Amino acid sequence: MNIVNNLFHSTLGKKYLMALTGAGLFGFAVIHMLGNLQVFLGPEALNRYAHFLQSNKELLWPARFGLLAMVALHIWSAVKLSAENKAARPVGYLNDPAPPAASYASRTMLMSGLIVAAFIIYHLLHFTVKVEPVNLTGRDFDDLHVLDNAGRSIHDVHQMLVIGFQQPVVVLFYIIGVGLLCLHLSHGLSAMFQSLGLRNKAWWPALQQSAKAAALLLFLGYIAVPVAVLLRLVK
Amino acid sequence: MKLDSKIPSGPLGQKWDKHKFDLKLISPANKRKFEVIVVGSGLAGGSAAATLAELGYSVKSFCYQDSPRRAHSIAAQGGINAAKNYQNDGDSVQRLFYDTIKGGDFRAREANVHRLAQVSVSIIDQCVAQGVPFAREYGGLLDNRSFGGAQVSRTFYARGQTGQQLMLGAYQALSRQIGLGTVKMYPRTEMLDLVVVDGHAKGIVVRDMVTGEISSHAADAVVLATGGYGPVFYLSTNAVGCNVTGTFRAFKKGAAFANPCYTQIHPTCIPVSGDHQSKLTLMSESLRNDGRVWVPKRKEDCAKSPGSIAEADRDYILERKYPSFGNLAPRDISSRAAKEVCDEGRGVGPGGLGVYLDFNDAIHRLGAAKIRERYGNLFDMYERITGENAYQQPMRIYPAVHYTMGGLWVDYNLMSNLPGLFVLGEANFSDHGANRLGASALMQGLADGYFILPYTIGHYFASSKQTRPKADDAEFRKVEEEVAARTKRLLSIKGKKTPRAFHRELGKLMWENCGMARSKASLELNLKRIPELREEFWNSVNVAGEAGDLNQTLEHAGRVADFLEFGELLCLDALTREESAGGHFRVEHQEEGECKRDDENFAHVAAWEFQGEGKAPLRHTEPLVYEEVHMSTRSYK
Amino acid sequence: MEKGMNLTLIVWRQKDAKSAGSFATYAARNVSPDMSFLEMLDVVNEGLALRGEEPIAFDSDCREGICGTCSCVINGVAHGGQKATTACQLHMRKFRDGDTLTIEPWRAKAFPVVKDLVVDRSSFDRIIQAGGFVSVRTGGTPDGNAIPVSKEDSDLAMDAAQCIGCGACVAACKNASAMLFVSAKVSHLGLLPQGKVEQDWRVLNMVKQMDAEGFGACTVTGSCEAVCPKEITLDNIARMNRDYGVATAKGK
Repeated sequence: MNIVNNLFHSTLGKKYLMALTGAGLFGFAVIHMLGNLQVFLGPEALNRYAHFLQSNKELLWPARFGLLAMVALHIWSAVKLSAENKAARPVGYLNDPAPPAASYASRTMLMSGLIVAAFIIYHLLHFTVKVEPVNLTGRDFDDLHVLDNAGRSIHDVHQMLVIGFQQPVVVLFYIIGVGLLCLHLSHGLSAMFQSLGLRNKAWWPALQQSAKAAALLLFLGYIAVPVAVLLRLVK
Repeated sequence: MKLDSKIPSGPLGQKWDKHKFDLKLISPANKRKFEVIVVGSGLAGGSAAATLAELGYSVKSFCYQDSPRRAHSIAAQGGINAAKNYQNDGDSVQRLFYDTIKGGDFRAREANVHRLAQVSVSIIDQCVAQGVPFAREYGGLLDNRSFGGAQVSRTFYARGQTGQQLMLGAYQALSRQIGLGTVKMYPRTEMLDLVVVDGHAKGIVVRDMVTGEISSHAADAVVLATGGYGPVFYLSTNAVGCNVTGTFRAFKKGAAFANPCYTQIHPTCIPVSGDHQSKLTLMSESLRNDGRVWVPKRKEDCAKSPGSIAEADRDYILERKYPSFGNLAPRDISSRAAKEVCDEGRGVGPGGLGVYLDFNDAIHRLGAAKIRERYGNLFDMYERITGENAYQQPMRIYPAVHYTMGGLWVDYNLMSNLPGLFVLGEANFSDHGANRLGASALMQGLADGYFILPYTIGHYFASSKQTRPKADDAEFRKVEEEVAARTKRLLSIKGKKTPRAFHRELGKLMWENCGMARSKASLELNLKRIPELREEFWNSVNVAGEAGDLNQTLEHAGRVADFLEFGELLCLDALTREESAGGHFRVEHQEEGECKRDDENFAHVAAWEFQGEGKAPLRHTEPLVYEEVHMSTRSYK
Repeated sequence: MEKGMNLTLIVWRQKDAKSAGSFATYAARNVSPDMSFLEMLDVVNEGLALRGEEPIAFDSDCREGICGTCSCVINGVAHGGQKATTACQLHMRKFRDGDTLTIEPWRAKAFPVVKDLVVDRSSFDRIIQAGGFVSVRTGGTPDGNAIPVSKEDSDLAMDAAQCIGCGACVAACKNASAMLFVSAKVSHLGLLPQGKVEQDWRVLNMVKQMDAEGFGACTVTGSCEAVCPKEITLDNIARMNRDYGVATAKGK
């Protein structure tokens, strides 16, 4: 069991775990964003897509467990490494200056990650578990239904988004949450290639720029939906 | 004292092979019963400790640095010579041997130098196998460059850090043995004395530089690889920690010190900028390929900016004096030429101690980009130290003490006249005669450690049949007490001058009166002044701090105390060697400004024997018998 | 002669590994701009000694930027902030008259303070002992030209091999990570055919020792690369990560 030992009991192994789970979560974030963007194709498209996901329980639950495991491993390795890192430098410097060459994103990974985790919990309560008090609209999202082409009553996700994102405070929280996620990714994506050793001198500058570009695209893709709703571009 | 060089009989080219066969062996099972102390972890000490441990001996390795990787071999820049003849340009063991003997001004031992040339070939193979990243050609084979004193390209190099890479190779080999438990490493531990029992070297007394604890280590043999004594001049290209204590303490315990007056002064160093100066930095000799050395013809021009001095008012000293070699004249000759013009008052820069090394012509001819490609890192280093941009104004350079050819006397087996005491690398005297050629120091250090000592030490064990004393025997106790008493005395004086102040003063005396040019009068002046300074030291040195602690002032004070005695020995040797040879230039013995050797009276090694405190040491000689080579006059005109 | 600079030094003083330390303030007067930083400390120490105070202990040896002994953090930056320069090669002309300088030892759990500015870096030695070598014995090696090495690999190996083991990378890293140091050796040896033979074993063992010494992990901030006097790059860390992954995947 050297593989397990190397992965779970060394700093490099834990960085590997973090990078691999980070890669998986990033993949999820991209797919999720593409799903969201279907809101611009009209209510029917979005609702059909949502119903497709919800109705395939044999895929849905393994996917959910998979994501949960990745999040758990990602956070576990982050917290564990962070504690080890703090222990490695018990005494700091007088007037500790910003470390040379370290970007803001790279220095705040744990903080941005933890806030994003809090945001994700809110997001799950908001739209997945649909806990009424957190949506600040006074309406129960479970009550929103619509008939699909076959005449079945399915959950009206489109309507839920439109109602949910008409709350400016909620939209603001989403923008902050997604913003921090993308700040996290702007460093995390390139660091992932570094941790897995999948880069060399020639690629590195391009990888760093691509990571930032991908983070920015993701940010725009995600906030497009709430902002469009708030601006009444999507009704 | 008997100085038996133990040179094997037979033709020169076969001596080493024959000798290796004649040496007695220790069986593999018995080797671990023998303990060896190695002091110093540079190229010679590191390679020796690693190799002895690989063979099965129990080794203890000591160094004053915080890690064995930091020994000063690491600072060597240029390269390492080997008679590989990879360039197909006519090199051979015989030619490397001859170049080295000639470069040493015919004052080295023929058989040792020939052996050095022979094993040079194996050193390259060994280092490549260790992963030393030597420079390569596009085809993947090893690259060579040419170096001073040779007409073939035989120098292997790793950018400008060859010493560093060879050093790390030896350090890694040593680390492997430490990891395997065959070498016990003692970093931050300084040898303060040698212990001799029944005429054999049997151990050392050391000070733990962190706790101040003084302790003894007993062994079956002691190997000193403690480097040279350049810092007797205070300022040199050596590290600030380099010292003579190891070899000088051995001298005081009966080991003969050979040719201390042979010191090498390197012409291209960055000049002194003030009294605060703690060391001098070497600029690679390769700069003289494109730089022209000059000073103003008139003293009045010295303070002017160099660019404003007309071509006709410049004196290109080396080109004028040595038209055929020009700016590439050998180290000792170039150094003296610079000193001469500075003595005339035509030196440039602060204190008038500098000459220009001008790249203006080369920049016009080749373009600044080409010069940057060749020497960019050196120009950067020059700018870091001086704040001057050498692309825009000429560099200022001045000679500085660089290497010391003298050292403890050793026989062909690298054993001193004290049985059981082996001396390797710069610490011994054996291979470079009166002047060392570039890229030969690394070669000698590794030859001694990897390929010579591991053979010869076994012979000593097999033939001497000595027993190993215990580290708490009476003799060890006695030496420990002496060392402790000396430390206590240094701390108790509480005078008005720091050890550094004394060191600086000694250095000035040595540099001015026993440096690039020596005369009877200047040496006699030093022989009077140094004992006075030593007395002042023992009456008014101020050593701050405590004994039982990390105390850098105390460490320095102990080293300076030894330099204050050793400097006198060096001057005495220089005074009695009534000739000029290589790095030893007596103004009384010259021919049109060049060295004039006296082969009739001085074709010998001078080995000094300690006679007791306050008594003049005794001068012994070992004649240099040349079987193969004919002594001739070096000429570079 | 031009008048020198006057500086205020705030220096970490600590009697030994066991004692607690604190900052002390000293005046450095008439400092010549031509002095190196360590020569400035030499002069301050001379003054302290003559006043009966204990000089500031600091490590240095070659004073030409190659031995890796000198180690101080100046104004919060390892080696003082001049690009590709060790503290011994940093010169006082980089500072201004009236400046206040804070001078501290390397800070890391794996580099305990020995005294004042002197730290114990033997953890680096133990990492090398764990695998930072090629397991050849003296003698019996093939001819130096027996195995060709591409110039590109040889140059990359040399880039990594230039590491002087000073520990500035650890000092600068917020996690006190030794990844730059370890990866430089793993890269140097792994890029050459002579070292490739043992690469899996080497990288696993060196990383294991690195962790055991209590160094932190790499969070790719790049601080190490920024202060490295030999300009060792993060490429080496990526290469080591890859090698570690390959060795792990092989089940080694």
